[in-house]
Amino acid sequence: MRFPTAKPASPATRALEVVPPSGPTAWLTTFTAGAMTFLCVFALALSLASGRLADRWSEALARTATIRLAAPVEQVQIQTDAILAVLGTTPGIASFRALGDDETRALLEPWFGPGLPVDALPIPRLFEVVEAVPGYDSEGLRQRLAAEAPGALLDDHTRWRRPLAEAAERLRLLGVLSIALIGAAMAAMITLAARAALATNAEVIRVLRLVGAKDSYIARAFVRRFTLRTFAGAVVGALAGLAGVAALPAADAAGGFLTGLGFSGSGWLWPLALPPVAAIVAFLATRRAAFQKLKELT
Amino acid sequence: MISFENVAYSYGGGKLLADVSLKLAPGSFHFLTGPSGAGKSTFLKLAYAELAPTEGRVTLFDRDVTSLSRDDVARTRRRIGIVHQDCKFLDHMSVAANMALPFTVSDRESDPQDLNDLLGWVGLSHLADALPPQLSGGERQRAALARAVIVDPDVILADEPTGNVDWEMSLRILTLLVELNKMGKTILVATHDLNLIRQAKAQVQARVLRIAKNRIQLAGADL
Repeated sequence: MRFPTAKPASPATRALEVVPPSGPTAWLTTFTAGAMTFLCVFALALSLASGRLADRWSEALARTATIRLAAPVEQVQIQTDAILAVLGTTPGIASFRALGDDETRALLEPWFGPGLPVDALPIPRLFEVVEAVPGYDSEGLRQRLAAEAPGALLDDHTRWRRPLAEAAERLRLLGVLSIALIGAAMAAMITLAARAALATNAEVIRVLRLVGAKDSYIARAFVRRFTLRTFAGAVVGALAGLAGVAALPAADAAGGFLTGLGFSGSGWLWPLALPPVAAIVAFLATRRAAFQKLKELT
Repeated sequence: MISFENVAYSYGGGKLLADVSLKLAPGSFHFLTGPSGAGKSTFLKLAYAELAPTEGRVTLFDRDVTSLSRDDVARTRRRIGIVHQDCKFLDHMSVAANMALPFTVSDRESDPQDLNDLLGWVGLSHLADALPPQLSGGERQRAALARAVIVDPDVILADEPTGNVDWEMSLRILTLLVELNKMGKTILVATHDLNLIRQAKAQVQARVLRIAKNRIQLAGADL
C-alpha cells in the first residue's frame, strides 16, 4: 500500500511543504538580501576604517606639541629659561627639550637650502613637548607661558587635529547610518515580498484555517521560508563583500588615507555577523507581515 | 454540540437569516435545504465560526463563538469536519497528503494504517499519489470527506457534497455519511437535492431543516 507522507518529516519541514513553492520570485528575496549584505559590508568597512583613521589622527597629533618663542634678542635667553622652568613644573608632560640650532637648521633646510646662517636671522626658538598619560591642561599651560614668557606660543595642533578627527568621525557616523538604512530597506523589501506571497497564497491559507491550522502554524511556514532565503542570500553577499574588500590594494603609510578602507584584525569578523542579523530582520519582518495579513482572514 | 439561539445574520443590506434557534444533538443527522442563496452556506459558516452572528448566540461545544480567540477557532475546527462544495485542496500536494492535512497542521503524525483504511473506505487507494486537480468531481468529494473525518471529529458539516456528481456517486457519498452517523457522528448536510433526502430517510432517521423567508423551520414528513 502506498503512503506518500509516511516518510518521517519534522513538523517544521512539513510546515514548509503546505505552502506551494513560489518559483522564480523566491530568488528575488535571496538576491535582495545578498545585494544588501554586500553593500552593508562596504558600509561596515567604511565606518570601521574611518573610526581607525579618527583614532590614528587624534593619537598621532595629540601626543606632541610645539612651543615657539619669538622675542627680542636680549630677551631670548631669559624667556627660554622661563619656558623650561614652566614646563618643568607642569604636570602631565612626559618630556620636553629646546631644539638646538642644528635641528632648527635641519627643519628649515628644505625651504631655504643648506648653509643657512641661523644666528643671523630672527628665527624663533622651538621647544618640543611630549605629552604624558593623562595629558596636561593646555589652556593652563598657555596662560602660565603668557605670564612667564610673553613671546612664547603653545601650538598643540588642536587646530589641525580637530577638523580631521571630526571629518573621520562624521564619516564613521555616515557609515553607521548607511548600515541602518540598508537594514531598514531590506526589512521593507522582505515585508513587501512576504505580503505578496501571503496574498498569492490566500486560498492556501483559507484551506489551512478550514482544517484547523493556528495562525502561528501558517506564519511559521512563511517565516521559515523567508528567513532561510534571506540568510542564504546574506551569506553569499557577505562573502562577496569580504572578497571585494580583501581585493582592495593593501594600505601603506603614504596612501593610507585613501586605501585604508578595509578591515583589520578582528574587524574581519564583523561581516560574518551580517547574515544572522539579516536573518533576524527577515524573521521579524515576515512574522509581523504574516500575523497582520492573517487577521484579515477568518 | 452546536446550538443557535435567536441568531440573525445580515449582509450589509437586509437580513439573510433571522430568529434561528436550534440545537444539533450528538449523533443526530440533519439535512438543511432551501433554494440557492437562501443562506445554507451562511448557516454552515456560522456553525464553524467562519462568520460571527450579527445577533443572538452561536454556541460550539458549550462555548460562545464570540468569545473564541483565533487559536480557539482553530482548535474548535479540529472537532468539526467540513466538506465544502468546492472541496478546497492544496493542489501542489498529493491526495494522501491533503487528507492528512488536519494532522499535519496540528503537528501530529497520522497513522499510516488509518490513512490507508480511510483511502480504502472512500475508494481512493489507487489515487493516493495523484494531485487533486487530476481527480474527478466525485473523487474530490470523497477525498474531502475523508479529510473531514480523519481527525475523528464529533461533527461533520457538508455543504452540497453531491452538488457536482452523478446520482450513483451521490448515493455512494450518502452511504459514507450514513455510516459515519451510525458511528455516532453528528451530521449536517446542506443540499437542495430532495431525492437525496428521500433516499437518506430510508437509511437513517434524518431530520430536515428548511430555510424559507429567512427562517429555518423543521420540515415535517411532507417531502
